Amino acid sequence: MRAIRRFFTRLLNFTARPRSDKRLREEIESHIAFQTEENILAGMEPQQARRHARLKFGAVEAIREDLHAEKGLPFLENLLLDVRYALRVLWKSPAFTSVALVTLMLGIGANVVVFGVLNAVLLHPLPVSDPQNLYQLRHQAWMSGRLLTTSYPAFEDFRQRNSTFSGMAGIYGYSHAALLWRNGVVNVSGDEVTGNYFDLLGVQPELGRYFHAADEHGPDSAPYVVLSDALWRSAFHADPGIVGATVELSKHPFTVVGVAPAQFNGTERFARPDYWMPMANEEQVEGSDYLHNRTSITVTVIGRLKPGVKPQQATGNLNAIAGELAKEYPETDEGLPLRLIHPGLLGDDGDVIRGFLLSVTVLALLVLAAACANLASLFAARTADRSRELALRAALGSSRGRLMRQLLTEAVMVSLMGGAAGLLGAYLLLGALNRWDSPYGHLEVSVDVRVYLAALALTLGSALLFGIVPARQAFQSSPLQMMKSGPVDTMHLRRFALRDLLLGAQIAICTLLVTASLVAVRGMVQELHAPLGFKPQGAMLVDLDLSQVEPDGDLALEKEKAIVEAASSISGVTAVGAVSRTPMTGGMHGIPIFRPGTTEFKLNNSVLAPYVFQMSPGYLEAAGTRLLSGRDVSWQDTSKKPYVAVVNETFARKMWGETSFGVTQAIGQRFILWGNLTEVVGVAEDGKYHDLQESPQPVVYLPVSQSEQSEMIFVVRSLRAPWEMAAALQHALSGIEPDLSITVQSWSDSLQRELFPALAATVALGVMGLLAAMLAVTGIFGMAAYSVSRRMKELGIRVALGARKSQVMSAAVGRPMILLGVGSALGLLAGVFASRLLGQIVYQANPRDPVVVIGAVLTMALLGIAASAIPARRALAVDPSRLMRED
Amino acid sequence: MKRKKEVHQGTLAMMVLKTLDVLGPLHGYGVARRIEQISGELLSINQGTLYPVLLRLEQEGAVASEWGISENNRRSRFYRLTRAGSKLLESEKRDWEQTAAIIARFFEAKAGDLA
Repeated sequence: MRAIRRFFTRLLNFTARPRSDKRLREEIESHIAFQTEENILAGMEPQQARRHARLKFGAVEAIREDLHAEKGLPFLENLLLDVRYALRVLWKSPAFTSVALVTLMLGIGANVVVFGVLNAVLLHPLPVSDPQNLYQLRHQAWMSGRLLTTSYPAFEDFRQRNSTFSGMAGIYGYSHAALLWRNGVVNVSGDEVTGNYFDLLGVQPELGRYFHAADEHGPDSAPYVVLSDALWRSAFHADPGIVGATVELSKHPFTVVGVAPAQFNGTERFARPDYWMPMANEEQVEGSDYLHNRTSITVTVIGRLKPGVKPQQATGNLNAIAGELAKEYPETDEGLPLRLIHPGLLGDDGDVIRGFLLSVTVLALLVLAAACANLASLFAARTADRSRELALRAALGSSRGRLMRQLLTEAVMVSLMGGAAGLLGAYLLLGALNRWDSPYGHLEVSVDVRVYLAALALTLGSALLFGIVPARQAFQSSPLQMMKSGPVDTMHLRRFALRDLLLGAQIAICTLLVTASLVAVRGMVQELHAPLGFKPQGAMLVDLDLSQVEPDGDLALEKEKAIVEAASSISGVTAVGAVSRTPMTGGMHGIPIFRPGTTEFKLNNSVLAPYVFQMSPGYLEAAGTRLLSGRDVSWQDTSKKPYVAVVNETFARKMWGETSFGVTQAIGQRFILWGNLTEVVGVAEDGKYHDLQESPQPVVYLPVSQSEQSEMIFVVRSLRAPWEMAAALQHALSGIEPDLSITVQSWSDSLQRELFPALAATVALGVMGLLAAMLAVTGIFGMAAYSVSRRMKELGIRVALGARKSQVMSAAVGRPMILLGVGSALGLLAGVFASRLLGQIVYQANPRDPVVVIGAVLTMALLGIAASAIPARRALAVDPSRLMRED
Repeated sequence: MKRKKEVHQGTLAMMVLKTLDVLGPLHGYGVARRIEQISGELLSINQGTLYPVLLRLEQEGAVASEWGISENNRRSRFYRLTRAGSKLLESEKRDWEQTAAIIARFFEAKAGDLA
């Protein structure tokens, strides 16, 4: 209580400046008068009496200081003084200040951006209740890209037989539909989920209600749909009356029961489902029944463990069930072992994303460390220049602690300003990121309290890092020494050793970062030039959702044939084909095939599990996939003719041996797929089918005319622009199907998602490498320029005494060059040891790649030469006669 | 020879409070003199050090001050104890007595006492 009262009085005194000494002076006056009077009464001479009185009172100045300290808040007052002084000093050397500010801004800004993304992706829990107890089932084998885990019947078996989960829900996250409301049609995509989904997650609707398990009574019994906040706003103008209204999804009526809150976007962080509908009604939207089909792997399973159950127990329980299912359904269930992960980051890609972000964080911190080393040497050099001023202040009675605090204040001021600028830059950049739809989906990166705190911590941390060096210098300096000799020739070996160390560390870090960015760029180039087995350049993907306008069967086939023919008649089109699914669009899984003569179609008896594509004649040509031997499929291969297939090289090799004739040998061979004896009529070249990193996979292409596939995507090879093609197609197809909605996209664009990780890595590491290079240049330049300016006089004497140019050069910039060499070597070594770290960012990172090593060495050498060129020229241009006259 | 003692600031504050308690409103010089007299000139204080203590007590609300005219017609600042000051003195006194008693017992205790 008393302390608080006192603090406020002091605060008041502190703010109510200027300090008034009047009262004190008067009191002292009266005090001394009393004492003098008494002394005189005691028999002293008046003069002596007064002197005694003063002596007895004590040192007036000290007491005044004490009193002043009691009165106000000296700490705050001094701080304010320091801040003012620091600002003045910084203002006076604008070049130094701006270099320091820009360095810090870049260092801190980069870190804030990285932390912002890290915060949004990894640190924010999913907006569901008890996210820690929410698990997702995955196959034991590490798998990229594919979220789907089981078939629906198998999911039901897991749900009913397990004893370790308190609840399990299924999600099919690739639902697409045409949403019709008041004569307006929107193409939407969303999640088909089991009825207990919302209750399992424990989320609340923003409007209306969610559907529940009790709403479902078998297939097509629950025509309800929950809208996302975004769809509700964009398609329904945020009309609260929409609850209870009926909309059409793929021509079937659904009742809107509620709207989800804006922050709820399902369990995947990068996904933005437009709607959620009961899985029970999936056939109405999908057009095919997967609820009773053990071979369509369509369900992502999430679940919550019973209280007290450990994930290991649950895994054991699940695997026992998987084993049972494999015995009961040998033709369909493989019994692959399962494991549990936390949902949110595209299944196993979560590991990649986590590794990537954490490694980038480490690199960003390294950039900041290099920036701090840079600033520390700049500040140290400045302090050395200011040693006379500091010595003077020390001699005038300033305490060392006070001097140190002054220098630290300067560092903190620079740091705060740089940090604020960095935060602002990061804020703008993150804002841009928010508006950008990455190929991975949309990600909301909000700048929240945590980001601000991180920025503040980084700022103060770096201030301490680079401020402590000059402060230490000031603390150790002796005023006498400095006044006597001036800063020039006191070449304290130790101080320079410290600065050398700082520059060396900085160069090593920079080399590491430059190496890392070179590795990334090289990885990117390699990925771009990896043989795909098809040529996306110059091809377009045309999406005509035929299942919406025509029933399946022969009629649809006729239509497809007509469309292909109509499209190929457009001028400028060189090839047209249709395929069930273009490569690298995910969702692939192997279909078991059997040798001819097999009678028992158990999974154990299958010989290979190739990916299967259905295609129209001409697809291979349109896609740019070479046919190595045999023939393409044709429209004459109907279901009444013998079943035929084109296979790829890997398939042929794996089935019929490694001979050099393997490819041609395959023609005429047979295998059983989906119960049909199929003959190989052609062999196509290998390619990438699921992702860029996959090993060669066996593939079977079946003629569309012999399969039941209805949804096809058309590939059109032409040099015309996509929008032109859309119009031309519309025109060409108007005779066949007038109101077809046509989406045309260039194939290269649609492949972006596959290249996105490499692109992101290259951009992230490229920016870091650039920052590092800039820091290296400023560091070397600073060091060289400083040492030249310090030693001008000495260099002048050397020149006067007849030193050769090379000697002058080595005296001037020799030390930075040695540091450059040593630092770069260390950095390269560090790069080799950090290959695991880099491996998290770039696929198959190899810092020992000679191209990378040579590139890094060349880069550093060029940077060094560029940075020391100006100081070296200054050193060579030394004019001894003029220098000697000066100072 | 009598050795003069240095005084701790907290102790000095207590002495100031007690002085004001006994003598009523008093100026700085009066307080200083009184402390010297009571201690039998055993305590030497730099009289000036009293003023920061007085200021501190005033800021804490234990004393109040105002200008006045002294007995010999000199303008000086008079300090008086406030109610909060009386209370503070009470509690300080209790604390002090307690501490003193404890310390005293330690010094009186002999090796065999607790055996």
